[in-house]
Amino acid sequence: MSDATQETVAAVWRIESARLIGALLRMVRSVELAEDLAQEALVAALTNWPTTGVPENPGAWLMTTARNRALDHLRRQKMQQRKHGVFEAAMATEAMAAIETSERDTLASVTDAELGDDLLRLVFISCHPVLSREARAALTLRMLGGLSTAEIARAFLVPEPTMAQRIVRAKRTLGEARVPFELPPTAELRDRLASVLEVIYLIFNAGYAATQGEDWMRPELCQEALRLGRILAQLMPGEAEVHGLLALMELNASRLPARTGPQGEPILLLDQDRSRWDQLLLHRGQTAFERAQSLQQPLGCYTLQAAIAACHARAQVAADTDWHRIVALYDALVELTRSPIVELNRAVAVSMAFGPAAALELVDALADAPALQSYHLLPSVRGDLLFKLGRSVEAATEFERAAALTHNARERALLSARAEESRRRQTGAKAPGATPPGAKPRISIVR
Amino acid sequence: MRVMVFVPADRNSEAGVMPSRELISKMMQFNEELVRAGVMLDGQGLTPTSKAKRVRFSGAERTVIDGPFAESKELVAGYWIWQVKSIEEAVEWLKRAPFDGGVEVTIRPIFAAEDFGKEMTPELRHKEAQLREEVGRRQGS
Repeated sequence: MSDATQETVAAVWRIESARLIGALLRMVRSVELAEDLAQEALVAALTNWPTTGVPENPGAWLMTTARNRALDHLRRQKMQQRKHGVFEAAMATEAMAAIETSERDTLASVTDAELGDDLLRLVFISCHPVLSREARAALTLRMLGGLSTAEIARAFLVPEPTMAQRIVRAKRTLGEARVPFELPPTAELRDRLASVLEVIYLIFNAGYAATQGEDWMRPELCQEALRLGRILAQLMPGEAEVHGLLALMELNASRLPARTGPQGEPILLLDQDRSRWDQLLLHRGQTAFERAQSLQQPLGCYTLQAAIAACHARAQVAADTDWHRIVALYDALVELTRSPIVELNRAVAVSMAFGPAAALELVDALADAPALQSYHLLPSVRGDLLFKLGRSVEAATEFERAAALTHNARERALLSARAEESRRRQTGAKAPGATPPGAKPRISIVR
Repeated sequence: MRVMVFVPADRNSEAGVMPSRELISKMMQFNEELVRAGVMLDGQGLTPTSKAKRVRFSGAERTVIDGPFAESKELVAGYWIWQVKSIEEAVEWLKRAPFDGGVEVTIRPIFAAEDFGKEMTPELRHKEAQLREEVGRRQGS
């Protein structure tokens, strides 16, 4: 087959797969079956289009093909099950009726509301709490992102068979748990939405701060998460946190071009060349943040984080950052999350607003938090504060500890360099005390 | 990847004649679909070149030329910026746009740092970074 047709099929698949699976799910009410049928339609396209040419309406072609396969499948099922039980046969009959009804509406005539519902159902099922976070992320990328198993495996740095297994098991779990296909009832909506947002942010962060391996980031995953966030913002325009998460991702992504140096080494927020920040994403992030705020709902954790990111975005140079406002936002975030990691971030902001001594007290109070025991940023932040206070020997020890804890090769190099820098200063007979005037402030966490 | 899609001007757009209500509504529908799919980052229509200006550079000389400009086929009447996975995805989207009458709409990928690939060695990258820094300093002063 010519590469060109293959590329076209891949492009059509990317555009159509989610709504195809969503519509099939509505008809056959099984994630496993809906996905299989969609895949069969894809294979049919790959076989036929090179000779017949790409149809004028490729989406409708895929839908018709999948629908016919669905009918074949259900007919077979009905035949077999007639022997076994009345219940299953009745289910198959019902599904066939649903398909035949839907035959009247070609894909084009499906209303926006129906299409939206199909996609939303798919979102909520892919992110169902009955699944592990990893399984939810994989299934979401597969069913909503239209990514192949190989692509998802590569993105999460696991062997392809492992990822294939994970996806198969996830679909089976959904079937066995008899997860309902209706949208979550209003009472459950917020909780279920939290699970969806968590998965999208997990995907974004897997790309943004790769915790393993050589690459500091895998921008493609960020793009996928952004796309999902943008789609969700259209599907649920009244939910402030959806816009909050989108704002957070757009604003963080706007810094991607400035986050790595010439050798691929990470550049921390305050050292970044802000002229390299992506102005289009920055603007989109600010707009999404304003939309989140305008809905006048209590600020959730994504909107608060977006507010912090927006503070950084507003500062033309690092020195202009409104650290007092950032501390206040972290206060609210600590209140909401009670997370020691957030408290650690708050301590960094405090050091910028009120000096390293005040922050060191806060960090020391966190030393026993179980969640932070093997977290490299705790010694990293502590080292930074000690360094600023002129306590270079202690700083070097902390940076070395942090370097030993991180799984990211680039980050390890950065931390080792800082340990060395601390050792040098100690022997370099520089006067101890506060940061020397003109020295660049450094920050470890907020990126 | 990010692409820019250029919609060319024609006699009507240059004359400031608005498209038919039907076309506008179809175009709005298409735009909505792009937004819903998370593809459209930005998009704007441009005013006729009767409101445009050009600056010609020749040595130290700068000549300002007032619109309108004649070669309407090469003029741009509007643009989109899309986030897509491949240029083929952009092509598939563009095929769904409600254009007609032989108009040719162009898709151009926007440069990203990684596109410089092997030609952009670490040294060159560093140089470019220094250059940007220099420019930044000058703009700041």
